[in-house]
Amino acid sequence: MGITNIYNIIEPKDMNKNALLQILLSVQDADPRNYVSEENINQIAQMLNVSRSRVYTTASFYSEISLKPRGFHLIRVCSNAPCENDGKAEILKTIEKTLGITIGETTKDEFFTLESVNCLGACYMSPAIKIDDQVYGNLTPKETIGILKNIMEADKHE
Amino acid sequence: MNKLSKENYIFDIEPDKYIDLEGYRAMGGFSALKKALENEPSVSIEEIKKSGLRGRGGAAFPTGIKLEMVRKNEETKRYIVCNADEGEPGTFKDRFIMRHLPYQLIEGIAIAAYMVGASKGYIYVRHEYPEVQLKLRESLEALKNAGLLGNNIMGTGFSLDLHIFSGAGSYLCGEETALLSSIEGRKGRPRVKPPYPTQSGLWGKPTLINNVETLANIPRIIEKGADWYASLGTENSSGTKLISLSGDVNNRGIAEVPFGITFAEIIEQFGGGPLPRRSVKAVNIGGASGVLVPPEMLDTPLDYNKCAEVGITIGSGAIFVLDDTRSIIKNVQNRVKFFLHESCGKCTPCREGLRQIDGIVEDFLEEKAAKSDIESLERYAVTMQQASFCGLGQAAGNSLVSSLVHYRKEYEEACVNDTDDVEKKA
Amino acid sequence: MQTVQINLNGRDVVVNEDLSILEAAKANGIRIPSLCNHTDQDVKANCRVCVVEVEGVRNLVASCSTKVAEGMKIRTDSPRVRSAVRTVVELILADHPQECLTCIRNGTCELQELSQRLGISNVRGRKRHDKLPIDDSTNVLVRDPNKCIKCGRCVEACNNIQQVGILFTHYRSTDVQITPEYGKSLSEVACVLCGQCVLACPVGAIYEKDNTAEVWDVIGDPKKHVVVQVAPAVRVSIAEEFGMPPGSISTLKMFSALRMLGFDRVFDTNFSADLTIMEEGNELLHRIQNGGVLPMITSCSPGWIKYIEHYYPEMLPHVSSCKSPQQMFGAVAKTYYAEKSGVPAEDICVVSIMPCTAKKYEAARPEMNDSGFQDVDIVLTTREFGRMIKQAGIEFDDLPDSEPDSPLGKSTGAAALFGATGGVMEAALRTVYEVVTGETLEKMEFEDVRGFEGIKSASVNLAGQNVNVAVSHGLSNAKQMMEMIKSGEGDYTFIEVMCCPGGCIGGGGQPYGTTTDIRKKRIESIYEVDRNMPIRKSHENPEIKEIYEYFLIAPLGEKSHKLLHTKYTDRKNLTAK
Repeated sequence: MGITNIYNIIEPKDMNKNALLQILLSVQDADPRNYVSEENINQIAQMLNVSRSRVYTTASFYSEISLKPRGFHLIRVCSNAPCENDGKAEILKTIEKTLGITIGETTKDEFFTLESVNCLGACYMSPAIKIDDQVYGNLTPKETIGILKNIMEADKHE
Repeated sequence: MNKLSKENYIFDIEPDKYIDLEGYRAMGGFSALKKALENEPSVSIEEIKKSGLRGRGGAAFPTGIKLEMVRKNEETKRYIVCNADEGEPGTFKDRFIMRHLPYQLIEGIAIAAYMVGASKGYIYVRHEYPEVQLKLRESLEALKNAGLLGNNIMGTGFSLDLHIFSGAGSYLCGEETALLSSIEGRKGRPRVKPPYPTQSGLWGKPTLINNVETLANIPRIIEKGADWYASLGTENSSGTKLISLSGDVNNRGIAEVPFGITFAEIIEQFGGGPLPRRSVKAVNIGGASGVLVPPEMLDTPLDYNKCAEVGITIGSGAIFVLDDTRSIIKNVQNRVKFFLHESCGKCTPCREGLRQIDGIVEDFLEEKAAKSDIESLERYAVTMQQASFCGLGQAAGNSLVSSLVHYRKEYEEACVNDTDDVEKKA
Repeated sequence: MQTVQINLNGRDVVVNEDLSILEAAKANGIRIPSLCNHTDQDVKANCRVCVVEVEGVRNLVASCSTKVAEGMKIRTDSPRVRSAVRTVVELILADHPQECLTCIRNGTCELQELSQRLGISNVRGRKRHDKLPIDDSTNVLVRDPNKCIKCGRCVEACNNIQQVGILFTHYRSTDVQITPEYGKSLSEVACVLCGQCVLACPVGAIYEKDNTAEVWDVIGDPKKHVVVQVAPAVRVSIAEEFGMPPGSISTLKMFSALRMLGFDRVFDTNFSADLTIMEEGNELLHRIQNGGVLPMITSCSPGWIKYIEHYYPEMLPHVSSCKSPQQMFGAVAKTYYAEKSGVPAEDICVVSIMPCTAKKYEAARPEMNDSGFQDVDIVLTTREFGRMIKQAGIEFDDLPDSEPDSPLGKSTGAAALFGATGGVMEAALRTVYEVVTGETLEKMEFEDVRGFEGIKSASVNLAGQNVNVAVSHGLSNAKQMMEMIKSGEGDYTFIEVMCCPGGCIGGGGQPYGTTTDIRKKRIESIYEVDRNMPIRKSHENPEIKEIYEYFLIAPLGEKSHKLLHTKYTDRKNLTAK
């Protein structure tokens, strides 16, 4: 399910074709499932007076825009060479095992989505992952489990 | 000459240190903007030209000339865009500038905007840097409140309306025309050049688009003069360069070095050399779009011309060290996969060439490759370099081609047989 | 015009400075291979097949997107160029199904021609194994993404030329696909099925649903009485299918071909075009005299009708209630003709040959059955017609002339004009003028509504009263026209809208290779057909007089209303069938 009223998050004056990318990002941010729904694509097209396909072509180009519902927390595993050389595969395996999902999947409880990212710009602390807006570097599998557990614990208390 | 003395640093960057507006002003911040605003824009442009500053994003185009091209355009509605879409793998220097020294960057943008006569601008920050976006937004707010940004800056009548624009996950948007398309709400696909952004950029208007590091250099040049700046580097590469150092060295991170220093010196002095009992096997210079350089070439100085002579592209200044435990082919595969993900798919050589290369490289790693596959790799990579639409496709084969030159043996040894076996995969 | 001197493969030549290298080479006898380049479209420089070497430039440059410059030294034939071009074409072929023998574009495919030109005998590189689903959800177009080479020509046609915005290049890298959003089928989106994408496609990635087999079947069925009608635009384009120059007029050969194919009666849509003028002209007068909704907008173009139903349904009251000539023909063929010939309507099969893909959709509309049967049974495009002639082994060039049959075969110059933009307007004005003024129109050409300009307007004096009219062709212009009317701009009484650039002669069912230049040549021929007709006003057509006298009684009369007029559907909700 998407946002029913896009005007709640974007002022009408900012609703123009040139702002499409920012509109898509705002809509995604406001969506509880952290994605842009088909319903939203259609609404945006109607508001901007452009075709749905025109909105979709922009949305589908960018890897930070998701067209599928995602989990509450977004885990990104950096796949750049420094991280790969320093044990990315192990970190990834650890996350996959801990959460029971692989890249591109969301846990059944909709808590976590696991994605791959090309470079987090954190090569000085490889291997690195990013969970939501926080980057974690110089990781070991053990630390990774700890981080995931902490997040799960914190969410329980909320 | 290779150690830069403290007073000559362009960037006061230390881990975990953040310089706020007060701190930046205490360091003399915004005196350069004041100085620039007191003069005709042409005065500052001359200074930048004289300084020899070149674009730090990768292409190394002379900044002064670019400023002049925008300034001289007959169209008076002009834009300034700061390219902060730091997507080149292995590069994190812009992140440091924006996180530690956001005000120096914004001062540079304001001076550049004044020089070219732009009253509206954007800082295009990659979506993967949310904390940077936040910091910059706060900085813009603080500056507006202090009368250093917005309308009538410092009472001079010069105004600059500056916005943060978030990217959305596309390496290609680091390419200037793709970035402009992205701001215009379209896919980040590159445009046909010419016209260049200086002629027809954002919404068809002349646009100055420069990298974070380039723009952040400007206040120091205006403040301390072109001669001082030029004295820091070499004849055709003046000033300093931020190096993002990663991989198999003892110390990783950001280093500010003067041009003229050799790559070996950077790895030793700043990186503390390879790990114990290891040796350097290859150095990837310039990020994913850069080349793989063997140890014997590391005495090349950091200098645009000297590097070009031996086929090294300085690019964004990323240096990634591979020691003797690493597989070259595996690292090349990482680059190929990266470009395969980031190609926009517009042109044939890049889209289809990468698909072919990806398959062949995989065969090498799975010990299914034949000798003839080396030639195929070369043919596809060269066609990509020669015939692709934009810099991404042209550079996507760089690490592969350089590895075929310097580490060919590794490929030959990985071949299972030497038959001309191309049909098997068909 | 400024010129520059360039050196082309060692030869100094002087060329216009505005030219691209590709154009300059062409002007000097060298055809640089290209795929994504299209003379009527913006330069895309996607395919990279046209790369050449320019001295002093490190990489090869795309000749389509690089302008010539003084002193430029160009090589189109160096080993470096040859190797790159070959590799690029091989890369495309490696991703392309090798089904040329059974492909609809066999013989007209630009990629096939390129491969042949370059002498490619072995495609190196790995093939793609995943097969993407083919979209044959409409009865009009088939989209085969497996054959798509991502040149972007259809995207340009859909979004820039027509501004409908259905097809875009989605996703990126090797995932790139040209589809509607979410990979939907054409039946799920507001596509008007104009077929301009088909004309733009260099390969067989999008094409009309071929109905020739069904036509062969009914012709071969002794119980069926198969009658055929041919649209005005086909007579100036069908010859191109047989290698004759664009604009060749082959009206009478065309009728002979139809007879030889085995149709029981050979009729002409031009007859029903005259009928349309009688109804539409009178509808216009009726609206003017009775305070009806004005401006009235023409309704002959099915792509246009689907467009307004989807995108401007609030404007539907402006649209003339007249069916298109194709549908009027079907309705009278299964009533008037059935009655007159004594053939039971249920045995009559109406086939039409149209320059149009959207006509297939129009014929299948459920409301198009006022004769008690589906009025038009099968619609073929000009291209399918060409295929049938080839399949029958008929040597088109050598065909004798022959006339169409009665009573639905006679037509006037006015009817012929329907094929060109502005033609319906001009034909209507000829009749309306004489009906209103009672005077004979001396100069029959209304020059103001002719020509290739996107939107044309004219003011016509009708018995002392000035009537403003306007004409648009291509949907981007139609869109502009609708916005103008909505904003109250332009005080028009009557507006002609055609979906395709140039009108029907530029329709999506016309021969491959249709360009603006070719469209213009076909329009000139349309005017020639008009000039050479003995009768040039619809109301003077003797067969038209006859049908009113014995069958319809009067324009807008009871029978006319039942058979020749229709209603439209608001399709703002996209899936409305």
